[in-house]
Amino acid sequence: MAEENDDETWELRLYVAGQTPKSVTALANLKKHCEQHLKGRYKIEVIDLLANPQLAEGDQILAIPTLVRKVPEPIRKIIGDLSNEERVLVGLDVRPLTRN
Amino acid sequence: MQEHSPSVATALPKLPKSPTGIEGLDEITEGGLPQGRPTLICGSAGCGKTLMGIEFLVRGIQNYNEPGVLMAFEETASELAANVASLGFDLPDLQAQKMLRVDHVHVDRSEIEETGEYDLEGLFIRLGHAIDSIGAKRVVLDTIEALFSGFPNQGVLRSEIRRLFRWLKDKGVTTIITAERGDGTLTRQGLEEYVSDCVILLDNRVIDQITTRRLRIVKYRGSTHGTNEYPYLITEDGISVLPVTSLQLDHPVSDNIMSSGVPALDEMFGRRGFYQGSSVLITGTAGTAKTTLAASFAEKVCQQGQRCLLFAFEEAPQQLLRNMKSVNIDLASHVASGLLRIEASRPTINGLEQHLVTLHRLVKEFRPDAIVIDPITNLVSVGNTAEVRSMLTRLIDFLKVSGITALFTALVSGRGQHEMTDEGVSSLVDTWVSVRDLEGIGERNRGLSILKSRGMAHSNQVREFVVTEHGIKLLDVVVGPIGIVTGASRLTQQLQEQAQTLAAQQETDRRDRELERRRRVLEANIANLRTEFESVEEELRQINTEAQNRQETLTSGNLRIGAANPPRRDTPAPDEKV
Repeated sequence: MAEENDDETWELRLYVAGQTPKSVTALANLKKHCEQHLKGRYKIEVIDLLANPQLAEGDQILAIPTLVRKVPEPIRKIIGDLSNEERVLVGLDVRPLTRN
Repeated sequence: MQEHSPSVATALPKLPKSPTGIEGLDEITEGGLPQGRPTLICGSAGCGKTLMGIEFLVRGIQNYNEPGVLMAFEETASELAANVASLGFDLPDLQAQKMLRVDHVHVDRSEIEETGEYDLEGLFIRLGHAIDSIGAKRVVLDTIEALFSGFPNQGVLRSEIRRLFRWLKDKGVTTIITAERGDGTLTRQGLEEYVSDCVILLDNRVIDQITTRRLRIVKYRGSTHGTNEYPYLITEDGISVLPVTSLQLDHPVSDNIMSSGVPALDEMFGRRGFYQGSSVLITGTAGTAKTTLAASFAEKVCQQGQRCLLFAFEEAPQQLLRNMKSVNIDLASHVASGLLRIEASRPTINGLEQHLVTLHRLVKEFRPDAIVIDPITNLVSVGNTAEVRSMLTRLIDFLKVSGITALFTALVSGRGQHEMTDEGVSSLVDTWVSVRDLEGIGERNRGLSILKSRGMAHSNQVREFVVTEHGIKLLDVVVGPIGIVTGASRLTQQLQEQAQTLAAQQETDRRDRELERRRRVLEANIANLRTEFESVEEELRQINTEAQNRQETLTSGNLRIGAANPPRRDTPAPDEKV
């Protein structure tokens, strides 16, 4: 499992609605977590629903901000500004690098 | 803000309303749901909340050209489409026409991890996008409470829901929010706190094993509305709410006459039958040929080339056809020709309202000139008297408005002069024929009388009738010593009358003969007396003659004596001596 994950590039998608404080915080937090735990193996796509509202339906977005882990499967969703690192990692199913 | 009083409501411009297009609901809400505001529809499982929401959207599109958005939190678009396809709602087609947007919101707690602050802006964006993309005027959120299971943070959720409703109001869309009924509260999550413009409560009650759905408008700000509980149905054409209060009494009336199918019965009516479009009630105890009378009427209607719809709540069509054939009422040929339609069902198969709707549907479909319900009393087994009465009131009103002659039979319990039917429909019907058994010594006979017939003179007699193999025959009236007699007494009475007539005739003859005899005796007496008189007369004449002769002889003798001897003064005249 760990090996598989290690090989894959993580595709993460962050849904935001404009440059709200929560969205900005979430993106900053996400980048921080990824740099720390998934360095070089991740891709972040930020979708602004104010610009592309039709995209909200596809990933069943209700809450803003929402982080969606597209790859690896299965899809997982994390809502909130990602300020709680532990829960983000649990949510993304990433084991902290320190333990790795 | 309290409800306006009616005078204010009429004086001021009325609250703008969005007609739902749902049969009957617009009447109760006096025009529809509050336009541009949210309406809460709550009810327990199986009440048809989702259906009411969808119908609101579909009717809005079809009847009022108002596009709609359905945000479904529980079922997917394809599931919903399949569910309502049987009602003739083609959701995919409406979606293709860009009149409807169905957005399935999937909420799954297990997929969601909460990691800090968030809001539901995504939901707003989705909804806003859906509304703007088709210019929707109507929105249905079915069932928004599902969010509560998906998001653990109730505080955020509640404030977001409050914001959502505010936002919907600002957008000016008419919204329906459905919610599951809670224990002791209108909704499980207390949504009524947020939606306060209009609340409709749906209820699904089982009484005596029969389900009746009822609808009540709990509140409607800024508008008057019907406050009762109204039965409603989910039919093949969607939801149908039946206002209990009937239509106004302003239907057109006909002057045409329809025959009852029994010529002698027609004779009892001043105008030889029933008015077209009137309602006729035949009441009677068991076995008094109510069904036969009803079938006679049905046959007559069909014979005149008109259409008749017969609801049989007691007999299967085949049994009815066979039984009526035995009294020479040929219904089978009319069934074959399509003029007669028999709908047989057990009353208990449906709730009362369902029966009413079935009736409405069939009447609209078949367009009959006359309708027969045999018997209405069986409906009592479905509902209580008040419900049956209200249903029948609406039914009779409906038929009258449609100009359909209606004939109902009703079983009355007990013997004698039971002139109140259980359903109390007697005041609703125009013509009331009572059939009863006249039980005498050792026999039962059937008597028929007209209790009332609005708008025409009618006979006051109780007519005995028999069911023969040629149909129903009314017998001539026979009046006995204590009134009209029937059955064996009738025969006895007839025989007695014959005997009496004969005896009277004989008596008359005898008296005639006696008189003749007397006359002859009298005449004989007269003849005798005359003879006697004649003989006496003759005798007397003879005596007279003799006496005269003697006198003459005497006179002449004296003369002769006088001539020979002159008379002396002292001797008296001889005639003085004699």
